[in-house]
Amino acid sequence: MAPLFIDGIALWAPSLPGWDAARLAFRSESPAAGAPVVPVALAKRPAPQMLPPAERRRAPDTVAVALEAAAAAVAASGHDARQLPSIFTSAHGDLGVNDYMCAMLATTPSLLSPTKFHNSVHNAAAGYWTMGCGCHEASTALTAFEHSFANGLLAAAVQCAADSRAVLLVGYDVAAVGALASVTRSDGLLGVALVLSPERGAKSVARLDWSLQDGPRPAVRLQSAAATALSGNAMADALPLFEALARAADQTTISLPLSAFQSLHLTLSFD
Amino acid sequence: MLITQALGLCTGLRLALQTVFYSPLLTTPTAQVPAPIAPLSISAFTATTAAGSGLQSLQDALQAHRSGLRPNDFGGAPLATWIGRVDAIETTALPAALSTWDCRNNRLAWLGLQADGFFDAAIAVRKRYGAHRVALVLGTSTASIGATENAYTRLDAEGRFPPDTRLPALHTPHSLALFVQEALGLTGPCVTVSTACSSSAKAFADAERLIRLGLVDAAVVGGVDTLCGSVLFGFNSLELVSPEPCRPFDAHRAGISLGEAAGYALLERGPGALQLLGYGEASDAHHMSTPHPEGLGAERALNDALARAGISCADIDYINLHGTASTKNDEVESALVARRFGPEVFASSTKGFVGHTLGAAGIVEAVVCLLALRSGFMPGTVNTRTPDPCCGPQIRLAPAQGNVRRALSNSFGFGGNNCALIFGRDSSDAAEPS
Repeated sequence: MAPLFIDGIALWAPSLPGWDAARLAFRSESPAAGAPVVPVALAKRPAPQMLPPAERRRAPDTVAVALEAAAAAVAASGHDARQLPSIFTSAHGDLGVNDYMCAMLATTPSLLSPTKFHNSVHNAAAGYWTMGCGCHEASTALTAFEHSFANGLLAAAVQCAADSRAVLLVGYDVAAVGALASVTRSDGLLGVALVLSPERGAKSVARLDWSLQDGPRPAVRLQSAAATALSGNAMADALPLFEALARAADQTTISLPLSAFQSLHLTLSFD
Repeated sequence: MLITQALGLCTGLRLALQTVFYSPLLTTPTAQVPAPIAPLSISAFTATTAAGSGLQSLQDALQAHRSGLRPNDFGGAPLATWIGRVDAIETTALPAALSTWDCRNNRLAWLGLQADGFFDAAIAVRKRYGAHRVALVLGTSTASIGATENAYTRLDAEGRFPPDTRLPALHTPHSLALFVQEALGLTGPCVTVSTACSSSAKAFADAERLIRLGLVDAAVVGGVDTLCGSVLFGFNSLELVSPEPCRPFDAHRAGISLGEAAGYALLERGPGALQLLGYGEASDAHHMSTPHPEGLGAERALNDALARAGISCADIDYINLHGTASTKNDEVESALVARRFGPEVFASSTKGFVGHTLGAAGIVEAVVCLLALRSGFMPGTVNTRTPDPCCGPQIRLAPAQGNVRRALSNSFGFGGNNCALIFGRDSSDAAEPS
């Protein structure tokens, strides 16, 4: 595959509200092995400025964190948000809205909120993003359980390479709540985003070579305490890549599992 | 012609931006026209719907102009509406080795795989190319949420799922694709597209890109959605559910009839007797649950599909409309068809036959297009009696026989998510089908 270029990077978590904070934290080594990591929440959830105040308050957590990450990555990339096809990926969608829906259906189905219902679609964040920036390009919403980021990245790389145009990738998941927490494992709030481009530009920060690799691969070990502290979130399969982007070592090779059978083999170069 | 279309789009864009809650100050970008793609062969396809299992039952219902909708009998306290229910789900059992995947949606997925020899065709392709060289891209809007809803009616004293239901891979939207991946023994790229009612149409686009880049040699695409409380009561909360069998494009239409379905297609490098010629994907950027008033995203999806297929509107013989029978969808879609297509094109909605099968609608309606290409039979718009004045001459109520060389399928979803697919016969096969 021809190499792609990463033009914009974003990450948002309550303990790391923005890529600048995350990049610094991901560059530090872990404290003494076994030492507990207690991340300090600096914010409960982001307040994406692209939404008007009323929408900002009402938006589900998934939408808030996805739009915050998307807007930051696009701003860093220098691309026009309205010209970027977008790929949104999430393992579970909005678990809070799903918990509300299932609890209401079990008790008073006829009182279901129409707003909660339309916010329950997996592509809610993609829909709000395209509305928020007036983007009429293709947008999609994907899911692949524990490998949702890797599959989103594959789809984004494929679309970028196949159509020779820059794309926006956004990955996000929220905490499991209510009864769902007894079956679905996801903690905290995590949103990540990248702008991928088929050609090197003034804002390109890394070159990305990618290929498919058959056979199971062990999960990549996270190196920083800050990234490890986020690993309970269902979008955690994004963390090895973001840690590598933060470290920006000359050349880094990582494999992100796409399933039990295949991985996405990535080589990052910074020059 | 494309330049004229692009200019028209720009005007529409400015109008649209007045209705969104954030108005960029920059001038509106011009739509980028995608390059034509090589056609992909569709070597097998199937659908299981309220009409029954497999292609023959669907074709029979379409030819008999017979609606498969029935009064809602789904769940404990059913809403007064009509549904497209698949009877055989209750009597279908998963093989013992796959029993941990048991739920209504995966049973329908399994039932669908068995029809028309699709399972065997998929296994043959796996053997021909290797399991890792076959992608699996499935669309669904709610996957197995029905199983999650059921667990919520049986929570334990601490408000947790009962132990027998604590299956993380079942209570997640990727459940359908994980199940089908295991059932078919595929090990290539496997992803779920969940963009509401455009989901399984968009699966064709993702698969085409994977094949074009040479990452796989073939792809199983499709989608499955089953009836569940979330969609019945959800669409009811939006006052979009019809109390009578849905009547797409009728002046007196009263909303949608929900349905359930499973459908699949096998894509390989072309040419083939039946082909995917093009696809277009675009966003309304207007509203979460109402289409753009000028059909901006729908028209842009159409333009991109035509560009990828390297054809124009005049080359389309049959259109399977999204045609949900919601007031707004049908108004916007009929206006789009009227302004872009000549009076000779034959357009119909098949939602009255099987209901709106949501994430599976894209594959079911792709299958209707493939049947039309194969047989020349174009289905009518069942249940509809008085066409809305917004309809042009393109929208037909009665079925007809013709020479269908290229067919278009529209799929539009919540979040303003639009997809158009174009299918065709191999151009060397231009003769009238017997």
